[in-house]
Amino acid sequence: MRKLKEMFMMNIRQYAMMLALLFIVLLFQYLTDGVLLRPLNLTNIIQQNGYILILAIGMLLCILTGNIDLSVGSVAAFVGAVGGTLMTVWKWPVIPSILACLVLGILIGCWQGYWIAYFRIPAFIVTLAGMLCFRGLTLVMLKGQTLAPMPDLFRKLFTTFIPDVLGGEGLNYTALTIVAVLLCAFAFFELRDRQNKKAYGFEVAPFPFWVMKILLVAAVVTAFTYQLARYRGIPMVLVLLGALVLIYSFITRKTVFGRHVYAFGGNEKAAKLSGIDTNKVFFLVYANMGLMAAVAGLAFMGRLNAASPVAGVNFELDAIGACFIGGASASGGIGTVTGAIIGGLIMGVLNNGMSIVGVSIDWQQVVKGLVLLAAVAFDVYTKKKTAK
Amino acid sequence: MAKTLLRMKSITKTFPGVRALNDVCFDVEEGEIHALVGENGAGKSTLMNILSGVYPFGSYEGEIVFDGETCVFNTIKDSEKIGIVIIHQELALVPYLSIAENVFLGNERARRGVIDWSETYARTDDLLKQIRLHENPATITKDLGVGKQQLVEIAKAISKDVRLLILDEPTAALNDEDSNNLLNLLLDLKKKGITSIIISHKLNEVEKIADRITVIRDGAVIETLDNATKNIREDRIIKGMVGREIVDRFPKRPPHARGDLALEVRDWTVGDPLFFDRKKIKGVSFNVHKGEVVGLVGLMGAGRTELAMSLFGRSYGSDFSGCLFLGGQSATLHSPKEAIARGMAYVTEDRKSAGLILIDDIRHNISLASLGKLSDKRGVLDENKEITVAEDLRKKMSIKTPSVFQKVGNLSGGNQQKTILARWLFANPDVLLLDEPTRGIDVGAKYEIYCIINELAAMGKAIVLISSEMPEVLGMSDRIYVMNEGRFVGELDRESASQEAIMKCIMQSNREVA
Repeated sequence: MRKLKEMFMMNIRQYAMMLALLFIVLLFQYLTDGVLLRPLNLTNIIQQNGYILILAIGMLLCILTGNIDLSVGSVAAFVGAVGGTLMTVWKWPVIPSILACLVLGILIGCWQGYWIAYFRIPAFIVTLAGMLCFRGLTLVMLKGQTLAPMPDLFRKLFTTFIPDVLGGEGLNYTALTIVAVLLCAFAFFELRDRQNKKAYGFEVAPFPFWVMKILLVAAVVTAFTYQLARYRGIPMVLVLLGALVLIYSFITRKTVFGRHVYAFGGNEKAAKLSGIDTNKVFFLVYANMGLMAAVAGLAFMGRLNAASPVAGVNFELDAIGACFIGGASASGGIGTVTGAIIGGLIMGVLNNGMSIVGVSIDWQQVVKGLVLLAAVAFDVYTKKKTAK
Repeated sequence: MAKTLLRMKSITKTFPGVRALNDVCFDVEEGEIHALVGENGAGKSTLMNILSGVYPFGSYEGEIVFDGETCVFNTIKDSEKIGIVIIHQELALVPYLSIAENVFLGNERARRGVIDWSETYARTDDLLKQIRLHENPATITKDLGVGKQQLVEIAKAISKDVRLLILDEPTAALNDEDSNNLLNLLLDLKKKGITSIIISHKLNEVEKIADRITVIRDGAVIETLDNATKNIREDRIIKGMVGREIVDRFPKRPPHARGDLALEVRDWTVGDPLFFDRKKIKGVSFNVHKGEVVGLVGLMGAGRTELAMSLFGRSYGSDFSGCLFLGGQSATLHSPKEAIARGMAYVTEDRKSAGLILIDDIRHNISLASLGKLSDKRGVLDENKEITVAEDLRKKMSIKTPSVFQKVGNLSGGNQQKTILARWLFANPDVLLLDEPTRGIDVGAKYEIYCIINELAAMGKAIVLISSEMPEVLGMSDRIYVMNEGRFVGELDRESASQEAIMKCIMQSNREVA
């Protein structure tokens, strides 16, 4: 029992965030008379926040190095402007246009990463410069005007749903089937991990607890999918987001590169003296941020069905806020992808819930600001307590 | 019989799960220098923190009587008000402020919030004269050496009309000359009637200047030794500290034959990283054989750390020239990564800022330099293997924690040092450059680290031992190189090595340069 308590204490930040998210969801479910979790609204929340969450994943890596990226909103807008011009003005086909946009994102990331990692200009300054430059370039590119509409295929890629091949009256069976398969895979991998740990002779949580954990995850995911299935099923953005979360969770937790990022943020000198190519790690993190900004830019453009000169304004602040609410440390070395996603969802549900209740935009900002402050204050408080 | 200035009666302090101090009684007489010694974690700092008000009244049991009056300290300010000033191990100076600003920081000479600079500078000048620090009060603090910064701290303490000065490891970061200065200053202050308590691991200094020595072990006072006639010897103090007589402070190594050449350096020259025409290392040549421990001694600033780091993949310096041979083969190393790949390891002198990731756990700190060994070709880590490896090394190095999931920042200095050594043990290098491997750790942990060094040598590793503690180098090394001002000025074998011989080499080279 004491072991369990210790395990709980070690992950208190993660659990606290999940409980906070649960609390906010229940609160608004009550305040909105159940509108919040209705199938249509749930789908909306995902589509409204997808691109912020994508940015938050990339931002988390930057924050792990102890820095931030202020340019992502402008980069997303610029990539969108270029993509829009390619597809609507130059009439490029959709897929090559998307690839070109992704390459452009990586190039922009490399450009900023070069100054940050090899020239060692503070990331804050390089990305502040990027924020101005790429916003300006967006306006130049679009001549200050909105480009619309996008080709049908492009819009569909980011705004439609996984087609329901299994049919079903008012319920999307395909969505439920896919999630059932994914849950089985999840249980299988968890079980394998547990067996592996046992084979090594490590301590594992008692079996009933393990079963409870799996069942809890399955229940939440199934309930969530059921609501989506009652509307139009799984949105494409969710597929993209899910894939990115899986990939980046894996990279941060299980790969040498991920470990290098954490080591860099924890103590750069020590990392360097341990044989880590710190400049390269730093560079790759920012190159990757460029890629993620491009993905987010495309997703946003798809949802808007237009390339807008004011796209992406303040995205960087939402992404940074998501990471910090999700438990990342401003000084680097601490934070998880899951945390950033939970942080982003807390912000998203707050936005959506308050809008439904009828709280005006100005007050929404105040509430979001206070939530950010409270989350980090909680962090500092628990840290102080465990230190003593 | 002198008057008792301070009496701490039956002090008991408990932290959750630990009793840090148990019924401690501690007396200090007016005008004496009282040394407080004990291993790390024995409770010295806790006791001093209670005395200075860091732990407020009510968080401990017992009573403090200062100059006949019972004291209730709620903050550090309260203790300073009656003249108790503590100088912590980590200096609390603001680097970009001047000496004068630092001396009167928090105690500004001001009228209605406006600082009177003339008075500030005049009084600082006065204080600096008292402590014989010949610097302009307007000098920016970061431009001073550590030794002088320590003196500024003392000036700050005197400016507050100190009656009892507490110094926590004041000489830990100082070289011999600066240490002597500081100790002489303490003797001066004593003549002026200032009482001091000094906490130190450097027992030779303690035996030289302390009038009385109190030994603490496991949160209890073991004994108070009277050293008025300066006749207490180091061994006697150690006996009290560890509870048994340590016959050998350095473990014996069985006689062994010298192996092949592992590391050879010829004409190694390195420039300052910013001003590359200013040479830091000037044409150094030396070698280390397999299974050999080679000591590297010199005064602070001789260039030992710079030499080691420049060899370790050019981690320090610019404008490199000279040759480096590893296992007989020429090697040009551009980064620590390449150096590690060729079988080198460097254990830094500054474990907190350049060695460990303090916010991470033991496991990740051990695996940091050898992630390649724990992952497949695609760079995916085997975390289970990592835990197993780390757990093995934790037991082998007797890092005293329940598991490898402990945060390194919460460990004692000795355990932190063992964690770094474990990291390099796992990397399995041929040549180890150990820079001050026992700095700031207690006698017991030092002995364990000496054993590890000997074990590594017995495995055929070549070891370069850099240390400011001469007895340590003399006790551990097969051969000793003496370094001064970026040059090698002497090579001594085990038989001919002694503290005097080393100093002679340094003095001689200083004369030649002059």
